[in-house]
Amino acid sequence: MRSIDETDLGTPAVNNADSVSLTIDGHQVTVPAGTSLMRAAALAGIAVPKLCATDSLEPFGSCRLCLVQVEGMKGTPASCTTPASQGMQVTTQNDRLADLRRNVMELYISDHPLDCLTCPANGHCELQDMAGAVGLREVRYGYAGENHCEQAKDESNPYFTFDPSKCIVCSRCVRACDEVQGTFALTISGRGFDSHVSAGLEQDFMSSECVSCGACVQACPTATLSEKSIIERGQPEHSVITTCAYCGVGCSFRAEMKGAEVIRMVPNQDGQANHGHACVKGRFAFGYATHPDRITSPMIRASIHEPWREVSWQEAIAHAASELKRIQAKYGKDAVGGITSSRCTNEETYLVQKLVRAAFGNNNVDTCARVCHSPTGYGLKQTLGESAGTQAFDSVAYADVIVVIGANPTDGHPVFASRMIRRLRAGAKLVVIDPRGIDLVRMPHVEAAHHLKLKPGTNVALINAIAHVIVVEDLIDHDFVAARCDPVAFEKWRKFIGAAEHAPEQTEIITGVPAAEVRAVARLYATAGSAAIYYGLGVTEHSQGSTMVMGIANLALATGNLGREGVGVNPLRGQNNVQGSCDMGSFPHEFPGYRHVSDSATRILFEAAWGVTLDAEPGLRIPNMFEAALDGSFRGLYIQGEDIAQSDPDTQHVIAALEAMECIIVQDLFLNETAKFAHIFLPGSSFLEKDGTFTNAERRISRVRRVMPPLGGKADWEATLMLSAALGYTMDYDHPSQIMDEIARLTPTFTGVSFARIDQLGSIQWPCNEQVPDGTPTMHEETFTRGLGRFMLTPYVPSHERSNDKYPLILTTGRILSQYNVGAQTRRTSNTAWHREDRLEIHPHDAETRGVVDGDWVGIKSRAGDTVLRAHVSDAMQPGVVYTTFHFPESGANVITSEHSDWATNCPEYKVTAVQVVKVTHPSAWQERYRRFSDEQKKFLEERSSLTR
Amino acid sequence: MSAVTVYVPADAGALAVGAQAVAQAITAEARARNLDIQVVRNGSRGLYWLEPLVEVLVDGQRVAYGPVQARDVASLFDADFLRGGKHVLALGATADLAWLRHQERLTFRRVGVIDPLSLHDYLAHDGYAGLERALEIGPAGIVKAVTDSGLRGRGGAAFPTGIKWKTVADTDAAQKYIVCNADEGDSGTFADRMLMEGDPLLLIEGMTIAALAVGASQGYIYIRSEYPHAERSLRCAIEIASAAGYLGTNILGSGHTFNLEVRRGAGAYICGEETSLLESLEGKRGQIRFKPPLPAHKGLFGQPTVVNNVLSLATVPVILQHGAQFYAEYGRGRSRGTQPFQLAGNVKYGGLIEKAFGLTLAELIFDWGGGSASGRPVRTAQVGGPLGAYLPRAHFDTPLDYESFTARHAMLGHGGVVVFDDSVDMAAMARFAMEFCAIESCGKCTPCRIGSVRGRELIDHIIAGREVTRNLATLRDLCDTMISASLCALGGMAPFPVLSALEHFPEDFVRAGRDAA
Repeated sequence: MRSIDETDLGTPAVNNADSVSLTIDGHQVTVPAGTSLMRAAALAGIAVPKLCATDSLEPFGSCRLCLVQVEGMKGTPASCTTPASQGMQVTTQNDRLADLRRNVMELYISDHPLDCLTCPANGHCELQDMAGAVGLREVRYGYAGENHCEQAKDESNPYFTFDPSKCIVCSRCVRACDEVQGTFALTISGRGFDSHVSAGLEQDFMSSECVSCGACVQACPTATLSEKSIIERGQPEHSVITTCAYCGVGCSFRAEMKGAEVIRMVPNQDGQANHGHACVKGRFAFGYATHPDRITSPMIRASIHEPWREVSWQEAIAHAASELKRIQAKYGKDAVGGITSSRCTNEETYLVQKLVRAAFGNNNVDTCARVCHSPTGYGLKQTLGESAGTQAFDSVAYADVIVVIGANPTDGHPVFASRMIRRLRAGAKLVVIDPRGIDLVRMPHVEAAHHLKLKPGTNVALINAIAHVIVVEDLIDHDFVAARCDPVAFEKWRKFIGAAEHAPEQTEIITGVPAAEVRAVARLYATAGSAAIYYGLGVTEHSQGSTMVMGIANLALATGNLGREGVGVNPLRGQNNVQGSCDMGSFPHEFPGYRHVSDSATRILFEAAWGVTLDAEPGLRIPNMFEAALDGSFRGLYIQGEDIAQSDPDTQHVIAALEAMECIIVQDLFLNETAKFAHIFLPGSSFLEKDGTFTNAERRISRVRRVMPPLGGKADWEATLMLSAALGYTMDYDHPSQIMDEIARLTPTFTGVSFARIDQLGSIQWPCNEQVPDGTPTMHEETFTRGLGRFMLTPYVPSHERSNDKYPLILTTGRILSQYNVGAQTRRTSNTAWHREDRLEIHPHDAETRGVVDGDWVGIKSRAGDTVLRAHVSDAMQPGVVYTTFHFPESGANVITSEHSDWATNCPEYKVTAVQVVKVTHPSAWQERYRRFSDEQKKFLEERSSLTR
Repeated sequence: MSAVTVYVPADAGALAVGAQAVAQAITAEARARNLDIQVVRNGSRGLYWLEPLVEVLVDGQRVAYGPVQARDVASLFDADFLRGGKHVLALGATADLAWLRHQERLTFRRVGVIDPLSLHDYLAHDGYAGLERALEIGPAGIVKAVTDSGLRGRGGAAFPTGIKWKTVADTDAAQKYIVCNADEGDSGTFADRMLMEGDPLLLIEGMTIAALAVGASQGYIYIRSEYPHAERSLRCAIEIASAAGYLGTNILGSGHTFNLEVRRGAGAYICGEETSLLESLEGKRGQIRFKPPLPAHKGLFGQPTVVNNVLSLATVPVILQHGAQFYAEYGRGRSRGTQPFQLAGNVKYGGLIEKAFGLTLAELIFDWGGGSASGRPVRTAQVGGPLGAYLPRAHFDTPLDYESFTARHAMLGHGGVVVFDDSVDMAAMARFAMEFCAIESCGKCTPCRIGSVRGRELIDHIIAGREVTRNLATLRDLCDTMISASLCALGGMAPFPVLSALEHFPEDFVRAGRDAA
């Protein structure tokens, strides 16, 4: 069922500069050439009956309701499949057409249950609407004929049901799965009257290849595919457009509501990042927002070894302020800090860093981007001048070559992945650079031209080898380099990269990638038209993460693959607002807009605006905070919406640091892992409970809109205001829009941004200012932000984390589609039906030599620690490399990860940990300790003294 | 004395009535009698009531015996059939058989005559003369010749072949395809099969000429799975042609490349419809594509594609060899050339008759077919396959050409004629038409998918005498909806046999109702 608030023009828009004029029912209509008669009519306000057509899918021509008559044309062509042409005279309504349509509808209804009143789609069923539209009054065939009315429902999917008795075999679900999602999980089986929708090979939905993106449910014109939430609670009555709070794709949704209750989330057809598509998380996994685990009252406690006590907001805030002041008085003003959240809004993030800088009086603020894309910020700033990806997602539709490095888009960024594979199905060439055989390497109608299955930790050696081939074989775009790049830096780089040590034949021993493959990829990237690089944490989370980002930028500069559509350097950012949190000045060394705290002009600007004196010295990064906590100089931390105890590397080190602090304030939806070490807990608010903006991976600023009141009584930004005021620094905002107005005033790349402007445009890609009032989909079109593009030298330095006899395997980590990062949200939804536990993926060879079979418990031991997971034997792995996801705290994935990090930004080297794997029968000692500690903390929560009791 | 050549057809129709056993018996008998013979497994001459039709080459002339069973072989040897000896099964010189002598075999000129898998035989009987001519006159010349010949699509749609080729030739694309529709699924038709079994190189030659004409480098023959013999024959012939330089790169030194592959269907009637066929060929579910775009613009894998029936393609070489004028001189009205008619059903002399368009249905059924096999009066004939109309005796004067049939709300289709005597129940035949459509519908469009089932149910009600008048009216309305609203010809034409039965044999429907009442 489509959104209750959207209209359907029947067939997709046609991109054609040429237009044609025609007459439909006497109305003159002008449309782009190639537009269907159906869409042309719809644009003129003429509704032609239809069932199999919907404007998110290519026309199909099966229902035969949309027949029209065209002067000079034989018969009654279908308006969905007939292109408009100049001078056509079209009739959409007359007696003949009415008869045909009514007769076709009569056939439909002769094989359809007549339970409209109790049907979940009642009132929003297209079949019902059309029966009304064509004036069906009787079914001359009766209802005793052969039919499908008694077929059993498939209720295997936790979020939707498939009721074949209501199916009209329009194939919209099948086509949505193919065209929109690209999974090809559905098909029509059988012939003739037996034609029926089949998931996989006549399987139920859950056993099939279905990834539960829900595109089929949205496409279904009847109740055949229905959200269970609608079946259980009835239809929504209004909708509010907002932005998804999961990954960095930033899909636009209509939250469809019944009062203050979300009934379902429907991707917004006008959404500029997602164009009406969604994934299993964004569309279905919103139930965490009202999960019983939500903590809705502030709590405090004197030590982490005693139960919590519910208190009023006033008391909690007063207590927090007094503790922070006490610590600063005792240990100095630098003894406290804050961590902003990449899950919260831009406005909230801005406030937290403002709180730290203005009210705490130091620069001890950092964010989770530290552990994900900080190398992107650094590397792209150095080379191109801006800490962000260069393209809009739409750009991928113009790429001829797509290079995916260290990213797994079908799991991590599924909605963008669907766009990408649509382009790949249309013929773009794909290169995958990844130690694992990710799904993209081979999936329906998509196969990578090259999969460079490198050894983890050798990215830089590989990118250098590709660059070497481009230089030595002179595949350089000399015109671009001459016009756009710093000539001195280029010459230096050319000499550097041309050295024999970078030849693929030399690097083969390091990377494990055959030289011929490297050469082929270099030639493809440099010469096969527009080439775009998309990368993820497999690039950044390394000891040379920043080097690799610069290596990627060098490649794009050398081949002229920047500054237009279809090309670019595109970080696929992890969290909904990680781009925004970085933009908003969450780093200890930068004010909003990536301006260094030592830059006095910027500092003076903020001092004037904020009325305080600001520190010119960068503050502590998260890992520095931990070290300072352990050496006693850092004692208090305000953490908004981040779970460092689970997400940061070397868990035992993190925990020691948390235990060493005197006041930890956690603001979150749930008692997360970090909150178990907290002294003050402030209830967080989900994205459904507040107004604000998120900025996605393509720099797109989109509105988040409050659809229900905050369960804890306050939106996160309001809590920060209270804390600041209690500390003696009053910030005066009535609404988040005022915060954005301040950001715009103080940030040159945001001067054109306001809530009003976003509402007007739908969303805005920064930079947005006087020069570019509508924003900037493609960056660096004329010149680079830094002026000339700068080639950087990228010497390969092997990781310190190496395998040896004791730790012979390399562990690398990643995400899975159904779960999201630390899992705090998705673990509290039915998404666990797909992924109940983290497992260790291991190559059959490595498994066999250890006597491990699928499902065995295995101990994973690194230099940092050890944990136990169940094994999943998979040939997606290469021998010598193991892999796990990190969605469950008890998995202890970060107990194993090392303290090594990126040389420039301290981004942890999550992707390379030397380990040994052995078959075991018990959980690890850490896991035993974790369970005991966690049980105790759960008890402290359950036994909390209630404010009202 | 050199070896005597004995012809025993390996045609599937002949095999079905014992040709394999006959061939084995002849070989064994000759060995036992120490006689030197050479058995050639030719195609069928198309006189199916005489199969297995054994021929012996006597003094440069072929002498026929038939129908021969294995048990007859010894007596044939006893009668010295190797020298044309007298025997109860002797039919005289093959060339003198009236049934053959009065035909105008252009497309089928070699079928039954040559060893289908002998390139030498093929060349000796004018094989590849058409291709040679095609190479001389070039693409434009070929398209002109085919257009001028008046050749129309023999699959049944009768679209001018030359115009289709010109469309593909004029469409700019790096890759174009020639696709041969060999999914001969109509009831009562077998000409494609006979030709592919009996003269496979002819089809290959025709496709090669088509490829030259439009600039295609790849061809596919989509053959139904029920034709294993024809498939084997084609695969062998492709190997033979490739080995001799008639296929592959640089055909006959011309610089042209044309590769050809055989693809087997999976048993769906609907895959004989060209767009379904293309879907199936692409590895997808055989389901109708809407048009436009035409396959000539966007066909196989989205590229310009010629989709032609076996007979259309196999007729091209003779047109090229003898010229458009030669071919166009045959025929009637806008139906030029010859049509291999296939006569089947309840008929005394069934088989293949290639004649110029224009003889009447009565001539075909009575003069060639000899009336019904049962000896009872002929009541009707269904022409053009399961979607063709049933013609009453009153319409047997209709000349066999496209326009004359259309004028009588009937269609010539692929040239199949199925004869029925007066024991036929036309209500049951009408029901069968709907049932056939219900079973074979691709399931895409509603009028066909559901309408055919409701049509069958309505006829069941009528036969059972339930609300006959009302149900007859509904049935007619349903037929109108199916004709006007279906996506392709299956749903669009399935009502034709029903309506013709209602029109010409109303008594069968009323009777059915009365009997039940």
